[in-house]
Amino acid sequence: MLRFSGKNLSFYLLLTPLLLTLVLLVILPQLDMLIVSLRERISYGEYTFSLLHYQEFVNEPFYWNTFLRTAVMSIMATLITLLLAFPIAWYIAKIAQGRNKSLIFLACLIPFWVSELVRTYGWMILLRESGVISVFLQWSGLASGPVEMLYNDITVMTGLVYASMLFMVVPLVSTLEGMDDSLVEAAYDLGASTFTVIRTVILPYAMPGVISGCIVVFMLTLGNYLTPTLLGGKDSLWFTEQIFTQFITRFNWEQGAAFGVLLLSLSSLIVWLGLKLSGQSFKKAVAS
Amino acid sequence: MSVTPDLECRGISKFYGDFQAVNDISFSVPPGSFFSILGPSGCGKTSLLRMLAGFSEPDTGEILIKGNPVAGIPPNKRPVNMVFQHLALFPMMNVGDNIAYGLKRRKVSPQEQRRRVADVLERIGLPGIEKKSVDQLSGGQKQRVAIARCLILEPALLLLDEPLGALDLKLREQMKIELKTLQQTFGTTFVYITHDQSEAMVMSDQVAVMNHGRFEQVGSPQTLYYKPETPFVAGFVGNNNRLRGQVIEAGNGSVKVSTESGQIFHTTSTTHLQQDTPVDLFLRPEAIRIDRESDSLWQNCIKGRIDNILFDGGNSQLLVRDTASPTQLTVALPQTDEYQNLRQGEIIKLGWNSKQSIAFRAG
Amino acid sequence: MIPSIPQSQAFRKTYTVYVGLFFLFLLAPLIVVAVFSLNDSLFPSLPWEGFTLDWYLEDTKERRGLFHDRAIVDSIGTSLMIAASVAILSVCVAVSNALLFERHQFRGKSVLYSLMLLPLVIPGVILGISVLSFSSGIANSLEDNYGLDFEFLRPGFLLIVLGQFAFISTMATLVISARLRKFDIELEEAALNLGASHFDVFRTITLPWLKPAIMGSAIVAFLMSFENFNTTLILAGSDSPLTITLFDRMREGSTPVLNAVSTLLMLGSGVLALASLFIQRKK
Repeated sequence: MLRFSGKNLSFYLLLTPLLLTLVLLVILPQLDMLIVSLRERISYGEYTFSLLHYQEFVNEPFYWNTFLRTAVMSIMATLITLLLAFPIAWYIAKIAQGRNKSLIFLACLIPFWVSELVRTYGWMILLRESGVISVFLQWSGLASGPVEMLYNDITVMTGLVYASMLFMVVPLVSTLEGMDDSLVEAAYDLGASTFTVIRTVILPYAMPGVISGCIVVFMLTLGNYLTPTLLGGKDSLWFTEQIFTQFITRFNWEQGAAFGVLLLSLSSLIVWLGLKLSGQSFKKAVAS
Repeated sequence: MSVTPDLECRGISKFYGDFQAVNDISFSVPPGSFFSILGPSGCGKTSLLRMLAGFSEPDTGEILIKGNPVAGIPPNKRPVNMVFQHLALFPMMNVGDNIAYGLKRRKVSPQEQRRRVADVLERIGLPGIEKKSVDQLSGGQKQRVAIARCLILEPALLLLDEPLGALDLKLREQMKIELKTLQQTFGTTFVYITHDQSEAMVMSDQVAVMNHGRFEQVGSPQTLYYKPETPFVAGFVGNNNRLRGQVIEAGNGSVKVSTESGQIFHTTSTTHLQQDTPVDLFLRPEAIRIDRESDSLWQNCIKGRIDNILFDGGNSQLLVRDTASPTQLTVALPQTDEYQNLRQGEIIKLGWNSKQSIAFRAG
Repeated sequence: MIPSIPQSQAFRKTYTVYVGLFFLFLLAPLIVVAVFSLNDSLFPSLPWEGFTLDWYLEDTKERRGLFHDRAIVDSIGTSLMIAASVAILSVCVAVSNALLFERHQFRGKSVLYSLMLLPLVIPGVILGISVLSFSSGIANSLEDNYGLDFEFLRPGFLLIVLGQFAFISTMATLVISARLRKFDIELEEAALNLGASHFDVFRTITLPWLKPAIMGSAIVAFLMSFENFNTTLILAGSDSPLTITLFDRMREGSTPVLNAVSTLLMLGSGVLALASLFIQRKK
């Protein structure tokens, strides 16, 4: 530590930009959103405190159905991503060697570097009625006419899982790489079966990676807008679409803000539950 | 005392909370000498060095460098330079830029920088390596570059913070000699801290033995070895057998001690010890003679059985147990051929003169 | 399982096939996008009509290549400006944040650190609407009470930059902090000891040490900003950035021009990604 002249000055100089960012771009806007959601417009420029927009949410089944559907699909997408990503992460961390390993890892990273928009567009070209897969199915005789694979839940789920894959693979790989192979060897040596080794040695070891991966994936999926809109079409019923509709299309900011608060509460709640159940700290799970 | 010492400390102390890291230390270092501070880790030697460099200020007392008090002068303005424990060579610069770093800060012209860097590299025996990156250097070369980076600034004082600690044994032996030679060719005053007594003994003109924030004794390596003034110095510098006992006959500088297991030994002491004082008797393994046949006349004699032979080339030792008591002594095994056939279990005679052991009041 | 544990042949084969299929899944959408940008057809779909670069270069009424499509070229310009601003701003603040968190002990540090991480877990849409509603609130009250009209508080360039900066600066802070944590403080002490002033120490020692992390996070920040959709969608004004323009076009229906733009985006990202990997490798 350098504790000579001007220590305090430099401290405050460093503190200022952070505080400005946090207060002006995070804390005040979030509070503002909360306040906006709790008011009702009486006439131009006149508002009163009201829970109207939350009542609206409760009374209108369309809204809370969308809300629940978004939550459930996000959780499902997270679990599917975890299941699909774990063997891949294991392969990268433990089986692939040397140059091969970095190549595979790089291939995993590519989709991250490509805009989400481009990736989703790729899926549209593959899956739509005149798309590559439909043509292939007709050509091979598996289908008699064009097959529309867009605009259904399975497609949305595929898109969501695809968009999140990397955010699961990376934390898993970095955790698994830290694991000493001899732990697995020791477990076998002591008579455990493959399944027992996975359950008693590998999974507990990988838990921090699993948790941070799941949290990030869940957050991203819940807040996703592009994939449900483009792959799910008009009836995709995703909650972020509702927020967008209220804010931009209907210009009903109060209702949109209320939805924002609800979505944020939901994601905080589930992240908090995940951390509680696994006994991890927020800082560790997010910063890794 | 006509010459101003390069470094003088007067009663300096340093507290960290309730813990007193440095306790009322005073000493002075004459120009051109190699001064070591030797002590176990946690004895306060690093705190002391950091105060000299200016990274912290003493709570009491005064530091004078070339006769000038340096209180309040920040480290970048002090006429002292430091070789750090991990050398702190800047990894983002090549060797030349590392060495010229201080000159650049002094706004020395580029040609002058180049000339002086080349000159100092010549003097440390590594000419023409300016363009090499730091990673390309061997451990010993890094040492020398780190020292050159400081010496090029011609500091009043060069502080060295255990710079040999990270080296392997062979290289450390070699660097001890090189450091001593460098110090002599540059004539700069070195203040060297270490926990390795051999480093301190081999290189230094004066060694201060430090313990619990205090200097136990300051003296030449020979003085510390032959005439330790405290039991800590006797135990820390060199190897020693330590025997617990009691004074049975007090004399002027020489006493007679009865050990716990009942042997009677003649020994010396630096302080006056009264009858019945509990004492620790220190006896160096290398001061003990081994005798197999003749009945030589030593002031102290015991007969013992060889429990174990710890063979380590030139540092080989015997563990010998007194035949009449449980006392075990470590005895250096000279590598002259008459002792090569010693075997475990053999009974031998050990002897030494009273001058070769010393007794201190047991603490 | 790890290679040292014997496994049945069937298991290994299945595993390898799975890994292969996974990468097909990963890369297929990207490959079709690129391939159909070169198809000599009015629609990005099969059958393959032959190779052409029309969708990049041609300038006729029927086939307007991306380099002649004003709206797309303009929005690329807007996106570049936004991304550059976000990257520079984020990196500057991130260096400051990293120094604050790694070098200073103060009360409430832990709380502040958690707050700093918060933007990473707030969904982008919500970050967008909260910034929009806050700034519009200020703009409205300024207009109503003082008759002042501050255009920059309305959706547009500045709001996009600020909204993206809110979470991209956190990412950059994490990267730069991690690098600063590995810095040996002894190097700074050594520089001071050799006579450097505090400013010199920062300029000649600390900053060069942080340089790979700074370059790396600047590149990532640039890309994150360029490709951001959720926050940008809410905050975009009349001159929309590339992602928003593309999104609007996609909803109208796809043309091979979209494939061409996407391919260009992939190439750009690829080059930047390789550059950032190269920088990390070098350190």
